[in-house]
Amino acid sequence: MKTTSWGGLPFPGPVRTVERDWRFEALPELTGPDSALPYGCGRSYGDSCINSHATQVSTRRLNRFVRFDDERGVLHCEAGLTLDEILRVVVPRGWFLPVVPGTRFVTLGGAIANDVHGKNHHRAGSFGCHVLALTLLRSDGTRHVCSPTVNSELFAATVGGLGLTGLVISAEVSLHRINSSTMVVEDLVFSSVGEFRALSRDSIDWDYTVAWIDTFARRGQVGRGIFSRARHAPEPGKLDPGDSRPRIGVPFALPFSLVNRWSVDAFNRAYFLVGSRRRGQRYSHYQSFFFPLDAIAHWNRIYGQRGFYQYQCVVPHEGGDEALEKLLIAIHRSGDASFLAVLKEFGDRCSPGLLSFPRPGLTLALDFPNRGERTARLLASFDEIVRAAGGALYPAKDARMPASMFAVGYPQVETFMTQVDPRFSSAFWRRVYA
Amino acid sequence: MNRSPHILVFGANSAICHALLKLYAARGARFFLVARNPAKLAAIADDLVARGGAVAGTAAYDFNDWQQHDICLQRAREALEVIDIALVAHGSLPDQADCESSSAALKTCMDDNFTSTAVIIGACAQQLSLQGRGTLAVVSSVAGDRGRKSNYTYGAAKAGIDAMLQGLRGRFSSTPVKVVNIKPGMVVSPMTVNMTHGALWSTPEAIAPAIYRAIAKGRSVCYVPGYWRLIMLVIRSLPTAVLAKLPV
Repeated sequence: MKTTSWGGLPFPGPVRTVERDWRFEALPELTGPDSALPYGCGRSYGDSCINSHATQVSTRRLNRFVRFDDERGVLHCEAGLTLDEILRVVVPRGWFLPVVPGTRFVTLGGAIANDVHGKNHHRAGSFGCHVLALTLLRSDGTRHVCSPTVNSELFAATVGGLGLTGLVISAEVSLHRINSSTMVVEDLVFSSVGEFRALSRDSIDWDYTVAWIDTFARRGQVGRGIFSRARHAPEPGKLDPGDSRPRIGVPFALPFSLVNRWSVDAFNRAYFLVGSRRRGQRYSHYQSFFFPLDAIAHWNRIYGQRGFYQYQCVVPHEGGDEALEKLLIAIHRSGDASFLAVLKEFGDRCSPGLLSFPRPGLTLALDFPNRGERTARLLASFDEIVRAAGGALYPAKDARMPASMFAVGYPQVETFMTQVDPRFSSAFWRRVYA
Repeated sequence: MNRSPHILVFGANSAICHALLKLYAARGARFFLVARNPAKLAAIADDLVARGGAVAGTAAYDFNDWQQHDICLQRAREALEVIDIALVAHGSLPDQADCESSSAALKTCMDDNFTSTAVIIGACAQQLSLQGRGTLAVVSSVAGDRGRKSNYTYGAAKAGIDAMLQGLRGRFSSTPVKVVNIKPGMVVSPMTVNMTHGALWSTPEAIAPAIYRAIAKGRSVCYVPGYWRLIMLVIRSLPTAVLAKLPV
């Protein structure tokens, strides 16, 4: 039993992991029932990056730039480069990735395959909106250059396609111009989902918005949290990509989780107190704004040896507030606490992928230590609320959604199926789409 | 050195070498890249340019074709004008059992890891001698420190290189020319893909900064990671009878 994804849950590992070293190399030979799945940094939380009992193709040595046009801000590079490695090269030359998720330790291929979103979704859409073209290697040995206009069906299936359409070898991405590596950040307190909505509306001209919500608030305070909004500092300043490696780390996982109702309660109180005392705007390096958890290597180990579940849903605007309140009450009643609770309003910009998660509405991300049946029941109760609201769950975070939940959240799956590579598969895929 | 360094590289496609060249590219270095495989070399050259480096020229040929080396050096000298650093990083890791059962495998091991390297080193040394300055940096291996049953043919080739570099250090002792012998321990790379990776293994990206510093300082011998200096000290001090019994 080998765990190879970020949630640390005990999924059976692959029979082999094959490294590809050069972009012109062929895929490993697959015989019998064997299948392949691209594997980057393993930062998906559940089993979408795991190909149990089959072959994983590691992309980490496909880590070369092909071309960087720093006049136009167009970057062409191999898919195994991490966003960290990319930022290290583009930031000093005045460019930034158009969309970044909560960690910079993911590969470009992973960002495309999960069509990741960031704190600027309301303005920029998902990562896939900025992919100009990609090169896909299929199991029949063919290579396809795909873009929104060329091989557009294959492009739409590959963006957000969870690595199931073939191996993304390289991609071309349009970048965002910056004048400084500093961010202007403002934190604001809100005490209800309604107030959060109002802040989101008022912050439409801020590039980045996100909220932390206190899942352990006392009765009468449910829905309180801290809203953060930020933009790249407009005045010319230092273009410093910052430290590469985390300064501290969690050396090993204990048999039990350090995240429990008491620790989360204490953390939440302190976090709310500190956040609510901040007044006005502050300056922050982009790393601490976008990637606060990257500062602690292996932070996932605080959940102990049994690992944890992340639960990220999106619910449509219509009825979204009520669904969100129901979720918060369900957490409150359970007595379980979520250490991380991130709330964000997605904008209306359409995601380009057939299986893309981002869509207009509210998205909430939570995580819970794995406590077996108890956690399974809790998350199943969330499913009911999300399903009733017409919402969906995020495959990159998922380790347990039932096939029926996937089917209602991803109605374009049959069109997607026409583009899937017949020799590519994953543990997630076999679970949700048998 | 105020201007960006001018670097001649043999074996530019190797993983350790690429990790190191990325550091130079970020500082705007100017390269002349030499390797055997032209497609891989083109990928490396593109990468270094995108990272901020400049590629003044490339050459792709079989390093056992020894007469090519002088022609290549001539081109590199024209393209770079001055060679600040000559980096020699090519090699291949043979299977020890093959080298024992096949004379052809043994000869290939020596051609790849000693003969071609020695000829390139000799040609580069001559160039640096004419310039009267520069650094010759060679990636050898901890394997050359003592012959061990698990990889003594590879070790013998690397030990030969070690002896050559010691001699060059003497030859250049009264000049500004520096000779750096880089001795990596076990490194996860395409060269070692068939070996089981344990606790002492490192990655090219992890060791590259230490190599960069050693070249900048012109240190004679650089073990990477540094703890290999200690490990090899122990290995070198073991009595022959004891070493023979160890599974190394």
